[in-house]
Amino acid sequence: MKIWIAGASVSLLLFLALDRGAEGLWARGSSGDPLFITAAGATFPYPIYSKWFDEYHKLHPDIQINYQAIGSGAGIRQLQEGTVDFGASDMPMTDEMLAQTKIKVLHFPTVLGADVPTYNIPGVTAQLRFTPTALAKLFLGEIQKWNDPELVRANPGVRLPAEDVVIVHRSDASGTTFIWTDYLSKVSPEWKSKVGAGTSVAWPTGLGGKGNQGVSGLVQQTPYSLGYVELIYALQNKLSYGIVQNSAGNFIKPDLSSVTAAAAGVRMPADFRVSITNPPGAHAYPISSFTYLLIPETISNPAKRDAIKAFLRWMLTKGQTMVESLDYAPLPAQLVTQEEAQIAKIH
Amino acid sequence: MAGVSTIEAQAGLRKRLLARRRNLGDGAAYVLTLLFATLILILTALVLYELFAASHLSRARFGFSFVFSRSWNPVTGQFGALPFIYGTVVTSLVALVIGAPLGLGCAIFLSELAPRKISDALTFVVELLAAVPSVIYGLLALFALVPLLRNPVEPWLRKCFGFLPLFQGPAQGVGLLAAGVVLAIMVVPFITSVSRESLLAVPREQREAALALGATRWEATWSVVLPYARSGIGGAIFLALARALAETMAVTMVIGNDPQIHTSLFAPGYSIAAVIANEFTEAVTNLHLSALIELGLVLFVITVVINGFGQLLMLATGPGRGRS
Amino acid sequence: MKTARVRKLTGMVMFGLTSLCTLITVSSLFFILGYLLWHGLASINWAFFTQVPKPPGEVGGGMANAIVGSIELILLATLMGVPVGFLAGVYLSEFGGERFSFVIRFTTDLLNGVPSIVVGILAWALVVVPLGHFSLFAGAVALSVIFIPIAVRTTEQFLQDVPQSLREASLALGAPKWKTIASVVVPAALGPLGTGMLLAVARIAGETAPLLFTSFSNSFWNLSPSRPAASLPVTIFEYAISPYADWHRQAWAAGLVLLALVLLLNVSARILMSTRYGYRG
Repeated sequence: MKIWIAGASVSLLLFLALDRGAEGLWARGSSGDPLFITAAGATFPYPIYSKWFDEYHKLHPDIQINYQAIGSGAGIRQLQEGTVDFGASDMPMTDEMLAQTKIKVLHFPTVLGADVPTYNIPGVTAQLRFTPTALAKLFLGEIQKWNDPELVRANPGVRLPAEDVVIVHRSDASGTTFIWTDYLSKVSPEWKSKVGAGTSVAWPTGLGGKGNQGVSGLVQQTPYSLGYVELIYALQNKLSYGIVQNSAGNFIKPDLSSVTAAAAGVRMPADFRVSITNPPGAHAYPISSFTYLLIPETISNPAKRDAIKAFLRWMLTKGQTMVESLDYAPLPAQLVTQEEAQIAKIH
Repeated sequence: MAGVSTIEAQAGLRKRLLARRRNLGDGAAYVLTLLFATLILILTALVLYELFAASHLSRARFGFSFVFSRSWNPVTGQFGALPFIYGTVVTSLVALVIGAPLGLGCAIFLSELAPRKISDALTFVVELLAAVPSVIYGLLALFALVPLLRNPVEPWLRKCFGFLPLFQGPAQGVGLLAAGVVLAIMVVPFITSVSRESLLAVPREQREAALALGATRWEATWSVVLPYARSGIGGAIFLALARALAETMAVTMVIGNDPQIHTSLFAPGYSIAAVIANEFTEAVTNLHLSALIELGLVLFVITVVINGFGQLLMLATGPGRGRS
Repeated sequence: MKTARVRKLTGMVMFGLTSLCTLITVSSLFFILGYLLWHGLASINWAFFTQVPKPPGEVGGGMANAIVGSIELILLATLMGVPVGFLAGVYLSEFGGERFSFVIRFTTDLLNGVPSIVVGILAWALVVVPLGHFSLFAGAVALSVIFIPIAVRTTEQFLQDVPQSLREASLALGAPKWKTIASVVVPAALGPLGTGMLLAVARIAGETAPLLFTSFSNSFWNLSPSRPAASLPVTIFEYAISPYADWHRQAWAAGLVLLALVLLLNVSARILMSTRYGYRG
């Protein structure tokens, strides 16, 4: 018994010493006390966010921003619960969500991205064209085979197999889902009435994957599957993705210029909460979206507040130069100025 | 005279002091251990309390119909447990249908038919299998089992048994069957080791009596040993069922995550533990979170009942209880 | 009446069938080990053990923080679980009254059967919600709740195995009950008691579900129990369901490390078992 107590106290002391010492070690001899910030949310921008937080940590070794990509819905929830310092979501918080949140939240758009239809059809390497009605019917389960006349009509010259389409969607509450279902609700009245838009919907059919990563993984491994992911996930994992017909009738490839064109066609409100799916514009990609950092207006810890404000300023300037290499579109210039003004609101 | 009585008095005093110290020590030990034993009661009570308290919103809104409702719609705020109960039960049943015969066959071999040394070594290996973590089973299931099911197993099943609604529909690999198979692999070691112990507990006289009457080794096993160990084996199966029902990680990775009821085993599904694991951190509304915790309560009740049944069956094995 | 030949044949067929069942079962362990070795061994290098993860899509990095996080989780959970399990087991074996002991045993078995995801909910409600953030400590609490029932039952069982004559001899020599337990009974069962604890450790080493919303995860080094921490099982899960080939490679390596750890603990437990008092094998 005595040995136990002795052993336990020694280990506890050792442990505490290690903890203190380790923080000094990992902070690499910087002047400030190490600062740990926790954030969680969208998987849509995870590649660029994790690159940003990694780069920022290299510049400021005493600041660690630990971001966990668990989905927009979870990001909003954890922000509401107060278990994270800030959240991230592709879907701007609705008035109802803001009413349910005890703290006031500021939306900061960070990058522009695109939801793309990604598929895995053995033997088909061509980039398929999807009409809005085809996409809606596919995800409603009304088009069940790849060689359905509607798909064949849009893709002359491509030999589509007579196989069942395996739909892959998100199993978690996702901003990427919101973007996708928001678009489908705008182009298909049937979708709007049967399913609707949201981070988590009652999917008529399909398999569920966790996060953009999970959907990409399932599409990658499941022949004849069709899912939706943020563009960078399709590119990084060499998944085939299709081009979509926009409101002007043109089939548009998702890339920097078409996504930027989508944002240009929409009026930005003062609190930055906006949807840019199915916008007007001949060259706009129809399933584009901003993604947001959700920052509390009041941050009680002064060190965290200053660090977060500094990070936001860095993100809006240096950070924006890194986004194109990961196939996101940077923010338009006047938006950057407006957001810099909003940083002042954080107190 | 006086000297003797003083010595006696001193001895008496010392004895009383020793007795008090001993009683103090014993009393302290008793209280200390009792305290920690009660802590277990408190912990279990806390589990029940938290499950009840945090599911209050959902229980008040849906009442008992929660268990029978098929919809799971976070957008409209409609939540029901039936798709998850269905997925949990179906995958566990598949696991038992595959795993119980396999585990029992293995147990019979190890306890009755194999030489003792081999039996001990192989039992050790089986017990090691039981220790493999769930996430590793999930890893293997995702990368080794699912492609195998997608091609050639499920198409073959569809060709041979496609007249049954169980084996219809597209073969996607992930789905109820994949989850059932990985659960089967996970429960086999458990069924094997517990059944083996029940079989070994059958008294030698029973076997010897059968053999003396001219039975072969197998006949003795089949007509005497197995019936005697019947309740122990039944208990093993129930306990294995309870484990399968509660399994989380391996199931989450291969079940397809679709909260709907499909009749085909090839189709995706969802289990209670999987949906809690996936949606807990992101339930945006309080009602959603409360519904998830109510699901946890449902799972807790089901596993307690099945476990209890299993324990009762295990207790029923013993001298004079089985058929002689 | 079946002929002797038919009966003999039946016996041989059944021998064949049951040995097939055994072959399938036993070979699956070797299959699992082999598969993990095949896919994971190449990825076990110095970087794996010393570096933290890189952003997704970038090749390289390691799981140092997850390994350290798991070790710390296991240590903390064991630290909390051993005293409770041991002392409660002592109560059941040495002190317990008839009815109360039955209640404790029943409750312990109940707690043992609680699904691990529900244990996670408990730890979330008890630690994460009041503290307001995820933490390694919350994960350790969840793991200790899984640890305790195993520790209690094995402690009780192995203490009861100690022959009554030892206790009586000690008491006859004048030792009080508590000294008897501490100096005679427990040392006699020390090997098997260690076995029980090792088996409990092996069980919690592989647990994933209760950690998902308690200790959460962390892309950086973290030793402090008051912050979220990466752990081996959770990281394996995250990496396995992702599409990145590099993450898959690391998931295999991590799976191999985790399996090796769990198997090692189980084998050590078996070795300790053979030091049981007066009992061979």
